[in-house]
Amino acid sequence: MTEAIAFLPPRQAVLSRRAEILDDLKELVPAGRLVEERNALVPFETDGFIAYRRRPLAVVLPETTAQVAAVMKYCHRYGIPVVPRGAGTSLSGGAIPQEDAVVLGLSAMTRIIEVDYANRCATVQAGVTNLAISDAVGADGYFYAPDPSSQLACTIGGNIAMNSGGAHCLKYGVTTNNLLGVKMVLVDGTVVDLGGKHLDAEGYDLLGLVCGSEGQLGIVTEATVRLLAKPEGARPVLFGFDSAEDAGSCVADVIGAGIIPVAIEFMDKPAIEICEAFAKAGYPLDVEALLIVEVEGSEAEMDAMLAAIVEIAKRHGVKIVRESQSANEAALIWKGRKSAFGATGRIADYICMDGTVPLSQLAYVLRKTSEIIDRYGLRVANVFHAGDGNMHPLILYNINDPEDAAKAEAAGMEILKLCVDAGGCLTGEHGVGIEKRDLMLHQFTQVDLDQQMAVRSAFDADWILNPSKVFPLEGRG
Amino acid sequence: MLTPSTETEAAELIRDHATRKTPLQIRGGGTRSGFGNAVSADAVLSSTAITGIIEYNPAEMVMTARAGTPVAEIEAALAENGQGMAFEPMDHRGAMGTSGTPTIGGLFAVNSSGPRRFTAGAARDHLLGVRFVNGAGDVVKAGGKVMKNVTGLDLVKLLAGSYGTMGFLTQVTFKVLPVPKTAATIVISGLEDENAMKALAAALSLSVEVSGAAHLPESVRGRFIGGKLPEGAATVMRLEGLEASVAVRAEKLMSAMAGLGPINRLDADDTKALWTEIRDVTPYGDGTARPLWRVSMPPSEAWKLVAGLRLRAGIDAYYDWQGGLVWMRMEADHEADVLRHGIRSLGGGHATLVRAAPEIRAKVPTFEPLSPAVALLSGRVRAKLDPHGIFNPGLMA
Repeated sequence: MTEAIAFLPPRQAVLSRRAEILDDLKELVPAGRLVEERNALVPFETDGFIAYRRRPLAVVLPETTAQVAAVMKYCHRYGIPVVPRGAGTSLSGGAIPQEDAVVLGLSAMTRIIEVDYANRCATVQAGVTNLAISDAVGADGYFYAPDPSSQLACTIGGNIAMNSGGAHCLKYGVTTNNLLGVKMVLVDGTVVDLGGKHLDAEGYDLLGLVCGSEGQLGIVTEATVRLLAKPEGARPVLFGFDSAEDAGSCVADVIGAGIIPVAIEFMDKPAIEICEAFAKAGYPLDVEALLIVEVEGSEAEMDAMLAAIVEIAKRHGVKIVRESQSANEAALIWKGRKSAFGATGRIADYICMDGTVPLSQLAYVLRKTSEIIDRYGLRVANVFHAGDGNMHPLILYNINDPEDAAKAEAAGMEILKLCVDAGGCLTGEHGVGIEKRDLMLHQFTQVDLDQQMAVRSAFDADWILNPSKVFPLEGRG
Repeated sequence: MLTPSTETEAAELIRDHATRKTPLQIRGGGTRSGFGNAVSADAVLSSTAITGIIEYNPAEMVMTARAGTPVAEIEAALAENGQGMAFEPMDHRGAMGTSGTPTIGGLFAVNSSGPRRFTAGAARDHLLGVRFVNGAGDVVKAGGKVMKNVTGLDLVKLLAGSYGTMGFLTQVTFKVLPVPKTAATIVISGLEDENAMKALAAALSLSVEVSGAAHLPESVRGRFIGGKLPEGAATVMRLEGLEASVAVRAEKLMSAMAGLGPINRLDADDTKALWTEIRDVTPYGDGTARPLWRVSMPPSEAWKLVAGLRLRAGIDAYYDWQGGLVWMRMEADHEADVLRHGIRSLGGGHATLVRAAPEIRAKVPTFEPLSPAVALLSGRVRAKLDPHGIFNPGLMA
């Protein structure tokens, strides 16, 4: 396909020294932790943003912070770009390498270092998967709150890079709100600790700055995250509507009434059909839009909250209200939603957009989105976190048809601009990566971006960390 | 005092000072003045004339206001819609012995959070977007007005808690939440600090959503809510929500805590009064300048620090945030070295000298000294926002 997104030209001085660099790296990590064979490098060419791929110079998979520090020190000394990578589930191309880059993969650092219930936190290595944390503490009644749909595979290091969220973030917040501290390797190999088991890290909020910085400020090797006690009970309920706009305005009214469910997820008809065909979750197929509203707490509390929500939904002409009758049914409802991306991938190639809009603009943006999609002659499935306005239109296309792919990309960019123009932002949880890099000037002024880039360069003066990402290549400060 | 009435005017003033490299003392309403390390500046630049709520849509739980808007005005507008700032910002006037009007910009500039912080997050967690003038005089926007936003670097967090050393805030956009319909407090009486911490940790492992968890040792218990708390040290736990669910959860919590000591329950009014006083450190707002420390540590460790200090120095202390936040008033000496050494030896955390006489302030760093690498990095970051070092020089260094 055509490549609309440019990469920085590879540094020839690095490319020409490849053999030497590989020899040196071999000294820094244990045997088997350096990937150099052409075929073995293929899996590291791209991430979840599969339309783009580049073969990296090499991949290292360190096992300890000290090894990460040694690799960073070396790459810094020789001006070798480094692209950090967790599980490679980024949907915005945040972990796509370039030809002159060493991919620093944290996937071998999978140790849960400490679970501390007295302080309700856990310290884990960066390569631990999101779900593994909740799994490790679940039997004792605790969980780790941010729950990106990729939580089975994605790593906590990647979550920190992207400040990931998920369905339940409406109540519990995203990664930055659940992160207490990190151990991080700076670009020159210095190891620093930011925060710890206490609240509000001392000094400037560098921890807040690192979270969501997309691997540009340093390599997080360990994280201390908050654990929460599981709620007494949770109940997802399906609400079916005859129109997407009814569903959208129902969401706004629920929040406006001061009711904060733990999650409100939205699916339009194409998304319902795709997910139901895959997960057999029992979703109604005769509605245009579906909300999954989850409440939690004691039985009495859930009853009271649901009664209020049903009342509001009726005002918006809700057609179907279906409560889950068992734990099994509840799990199935979530399985359908969480498998949306995978299930969509079974029927078509797609790009997943990730704009965020103010709740009052949801219905408007949904309507405009379908106009845009129609104009390009494409199809779209909408599935997203409605409670916090984080939209995920999945634009379906054929990856083998260059024209189709270009159309999908163009339509996606129009939708993201629409989100910004409606008062929202380019990305709610997937990050800018390479995907939205060139739209940054739509949301920010050059002065705003210059300030961000200046701060970035305080961490990485030579821009060797994840260099082609986030900031437009033109006008970099 | 320079009091520009618009952002543009502020930017011009700052650009002028940047050109001449003349320092400015940045402030809001001055209710936290005297806080931080001593600043020597030629002029004071205040946001008090940059006021007004710009946008407030209760249905979206978001408010945008100019930085100098009085907190009271913000709270009144929110209260009309049954909403509030969930992080319970502290009013420092009592403890600091200051007067004046707290501003919304000042509140975020110091990242002021109260008892609900350990469940609801800090001020910085609720701050969605800012506009500020950097030390070069550029007007910069960061963040936005939606709940979820990961577009670019999160400069919003960096500005929160930077005490006016990174930029001059002109506008803030923050998340607000419905105020809980009712609240109650469970009081367990007579626990020693160590056992109180175990009780609080146990309470927080239950699914009853405790939203306030403090321990008020006997030395300080009588100075809260007019001495109405039952006799003996008070370990207090707050529950909030709908009437029916608070009742159910209170029962559940009380039965889980049965046997630890006498248990009482405070009604909604007493609950409100008690947690406001815990938040504002009312017992130590005694009009003196006796050294007041704010210590953040892992909840399981903080009581050990207090126990150690009690053997060596005259201190009075109470705990919030499940024991992880200690408010500590020294009877005589500031004890900075002993205190900070104790924190390091117990696994880390930080101590901030909130109040002290000028001669003590002159020699004791207000903020926890940072590791050399982090200090270096922090200095580099600050230089990118305030290249000439004109904002509150020395205050955080």
